[in-house]
Amino acid sequence: MIALLLILVPLLTGVVSFFIKENKAVRSWAFISSAITLAVVAGALLSGKESSFEFNVDWMGGLGSNFHLKMDGLSKLMCLLTAVAYPLIFIAIQKTEYKNSNQYFGLMLLTQAGLLGVFTAADALLFYFFWELALIPVYFLCSTWGGEKRIAVTFKFFVYTFLGSVLMLIALLMVYNSTPDRSFDIESFYSSSVAEGKQSWVFWMMFIAFAIKMPVFPFHTWQPDTYEQSNSGTTMVLSGLMVKMGLFAVLRWLLPVMPFAASNWTNAVSFLSVFGIIYASLIAIQQDDIKRLVAYSSIAHIGLMCLAAFAVNKTGMQGVMLQMFNHGINIIGLWVVVEIVERNLGVRKISQLGGLANSSPTLAIFLTVIALANIALPLTNGFPGEFLMFNGIFNSAAFDGGYTLFGVIKFTASSFGLIFTVAAGLGIILAAVYTLNMIRKVFYGETNELTARGISLSMNEKVVLTIIVILIIVIGVYPKPLLDMTQAATDFIMSKADVSKFINK
Amino acid sequence: MNALVLSAVLGVVMMFSSIWLKQKSAVRTVALAGIALLLLVNILEMCGTVFFKVDLRDMLQFDRFALLFNTIIFVSVFIYFLLSAKDMEKVGVNYAEYFALIFFILCGVVLSSAFKSLLILFLGIEIISIPLYILTGSDKRNLKSNEAALKYFLMGAFTTGLMLMGIALLYGASGSFMTAQLASMSPLTIAGMILLLFSMAFKVSAAPFHFWTPDVYDGAPTVFTSFMATIVKAAVFIAFIRLFDDAFNVMQPTWQLWVAIITALTLFIGNITAVFQQSVKRMLAYSSIAQAGFMLLALFAMNTIAKEGILLYAAAYCLATIGIFAVLVKMSDYTFDGFNGFAKSNPLLAGVLVVFFLSLAGIPLTAGFLSKFYMLEAALATGKHFWLVIFAVLMAAVSVYYYFRVIQAMYFKEGNESNKLATSASFNYTLVVLAALIILLGVYPNVLLYWLYF
Repeated sequence: MIALLLILVPLLTGVVSFFIKENKAVRSWAFISSAITLAVVAGALLSGKESSFEFNVDWMGGLGSNFHLKMDGLSKLMCLLTAVAYPLIFIAIQKTEYKNSNQYFGLMLLTQAGLLGVFTAADALLFYFFWELALIPVYFLCSTWGGEKRIAVTFKFFVYTFLGSVLMLIALLMVYNSTPDRSFDIESFYSSSVAEGKQSWVFWMMFIAFAIKMPVFPFHTWQPDTYEQSNSGTTMVLSGLMVKMGLFAVLRWLLPVMPFAASNWTNAVSFLSVFGIIYASLIAIQQDDIKRLVAYSSIAHIGLMCLAAFAVNKTGMQGVMLQMFNHGINIIGLWVVVEIVERNLGVRKISQLGGLANSSPTLAIFLTVIALANIALPLTNGFPGEFLMFNGIFNSAAFDGGYTLFGVIKFTASSFGLIFTVAAGLGIILAAVYTLNMIRKVFYGETNELTARGISLSMNEKVVLTIIVILIIVIGVYPKPLLDMTQAATDFIMSKADVSKFINK
Repeated sequence: MNALVLSAVLGVVMMFSSIWLKQKSAVRTVALAGIALLLLVNILEMCGTVFFKVDLRDMLQFDRFALLFNTIIFVSVFIYFLLSAKDMEKVGVNYAEYFALIFFILCGVVLSSAFKSLLILFLGIEIISIPLYILTGSDKRNLKSNEAALKYFLMGAFTTGLMLMGIALLYGASGSFMTAQLASMSPLTIAGMILLLFSMAFKVSAAPFHFWTPDVYDGAPTVFTSFMATIVKAAVFIAFIRLFDDAFNVMQPTWQLWVAIITALTLFIGNITAVFQQSVKRMLAYSSIAQAGFMLLALFAMNTIAKEGILLYAAAYCLATIGIFAVLVKMSDYTFDGFNGFAKSNPLLAGVLVVFFLSLAGIPLTAGFLSKFYMLEAALATGKHFWLVIFAVLMAAVSVYYYFRVIQAMYFKEGNESNKLATSASFNYTLVVLAALIILLGVYPNVLLYWLYF
């Protein structure tokens, strides 16, 4: 019942928002709605009755598809992230002007409904429904409010993701056709037997859909432009929550459903991820626009998570889940700071800023903490996540053995685990380079005319940033509750996805 | 059977109504009452009440599939009348005759959805085509309308010839017109089948037999384009599916590759050409070719899912396209730029148009998605020509481009605020109901498909 409620609250309040004409009222309405969602999630997690996390009714009888929602540990974590992030986002953009704000907040809430649907759906067709439904409001959000080139950029983003989705649809249909009881239910998917020749097809069609969403190199080209052009609120939703859909789908719908194909292609996927980490980090160093810098840094971080997911190792898997949560919090924090700087000073070019620490020290402290979390310094939340992931990648059995590309090029290394770990570790160093560089140039150094004015934080912004910093430090010191939450889900995914015991590469 | 007799009678009634009724609104009311009656008697037949007990000698068979399809068509026509009947006044003076012709076409639709004999098929297709030639040319003083009618007539007559030739060959091979007795592997049968395949492909405007479509759809008065592109197209498709299901099902390996190639070509040409159009009306003409490509997947697969799916597809496509055309008719500027700022001046109309376009593009929660879903599933279930399915979804992604261009123009571009369309409240309500129907079918398709079995 809880699962259904989670979707209904934002859906209904979102629809109602369209009819609230008054600007102030709709903002409060949206905030109340997101607070209710948070309360529902928190209440459900604390009370902890397992039966309340599942909801199953008949839907399309003839097709073998039910309206089936089910929350395992991973879903709970993602729902928690969505529920926590939304009120923060709404407070953070409280001061930002939006034309037709009723539509803006209505669409934001509809997006939340779609996201929560994706995170809870336990039926492949339903999952696909929500996957697309989360996209449509975002399309309107990004196209209506944002930079000058927003329409073309958003359209590219939309076509890209749509292409991925339709490929995924075929993959889902192929799995459906090979389920024992012709059903879209997730349990049937887990026990499906896709013909050997078709497995790679299914794997790649699904992976491309998810890779576009994450985004993993080379499917990332929509991302920096979209983040740069769309409005801050939407960018927070996109980068904090929506890209997690891709990782989530890999963990829940790809690895356990197609374990053999995934194991077969692990090295190819990991190579893309690693290449993406280095490539995105190098580009991030060159960026002058803070938004683009954060966008590329996000590609690098997601690449690492993708790599760790495909390592199919218990420690690494735990790390991915934890880091999905952390990355969501951290990047929203970064965007909040960027939003504050841009709203107050009207620029976001690194070269035009400098010495902000003198005129607005509070902001500098907040940003530094968030940035340090972004480069995974110990005691911040980034550290346990990345440590677990690296541990997993290094010890993974998935990368063992030689690998033949197109049957021609032979790699004969006995294990790629070490190579991938080192290369991904390089990404961390590069992350430190661009992040610290950004802090140095924006907050320290000479104050110029623009930055001398300083930025005084409003109460709202202080609250948001304080909550984020507290989350960063608490999770960094004591990640156990979150790890406990995902424990069972990890064990389950590992039991399905770990095929190293069957394969003698 | 009920609908067949009544539609012919109604055609005659409409013809005479212009003598008795001087007011156009009265004519319109009669037509609306007529189509409602037609719908009613058809539903009665589905429930088992047949008014006319005629010995059909097995030449017609009103099974569930045919009756359900007719219901879909009559509902679509009813909505079409509600939305666009008033706009037919602008076409010419012979207002009542247009309705008469439409009822005759419906008579042909009923025939071609229930035939069991090639003769009935031929009769049905011709009864559909000939009134259409007239409707295409009904804007007598417009050169483009005349050109379209002539083109349509010449090409149509030519393919009718092909079709007759095919029927003759099949008769020669099997000695029968009954579809159930045709299948054999003799060269004569195969030649006849190929001729029928080509002529039907022409009628549903499948590539490479599609060249008449853009010109005819563009030249014909917009109200009638709406009718042609939806109801007529769906009807011919059902005839197409029925023909190949009844007559040539066992020969599937022979024609499957042919159909696969035609499907791929249709999808490719329809979608790619639609991308380059400047006029929304012409874009819709190409989009109708593209949608036909998707419907051809049902022919390609020819299994239970395909037959369920084609009904859903027919409903989804007809409803969405009728809605779009109903708004388009009222516009003065048919180009994409004509839609600039449309959401500001007509928020309600823009909202429902978004639903229609999303449905055509196949976005979930709309009927368009589920119908595409059925088509893909049907094609995948055959286990053959996997490339075709991949190709179809790639083309679906292309189609997003041109459908969303309209949405972009309406919502994100600045336009002259003054182009507010004067629409009546009932028009608006009908469109909203139509959009709700599309979403209902998209969320709960069993409302429709249940009737196929119950």
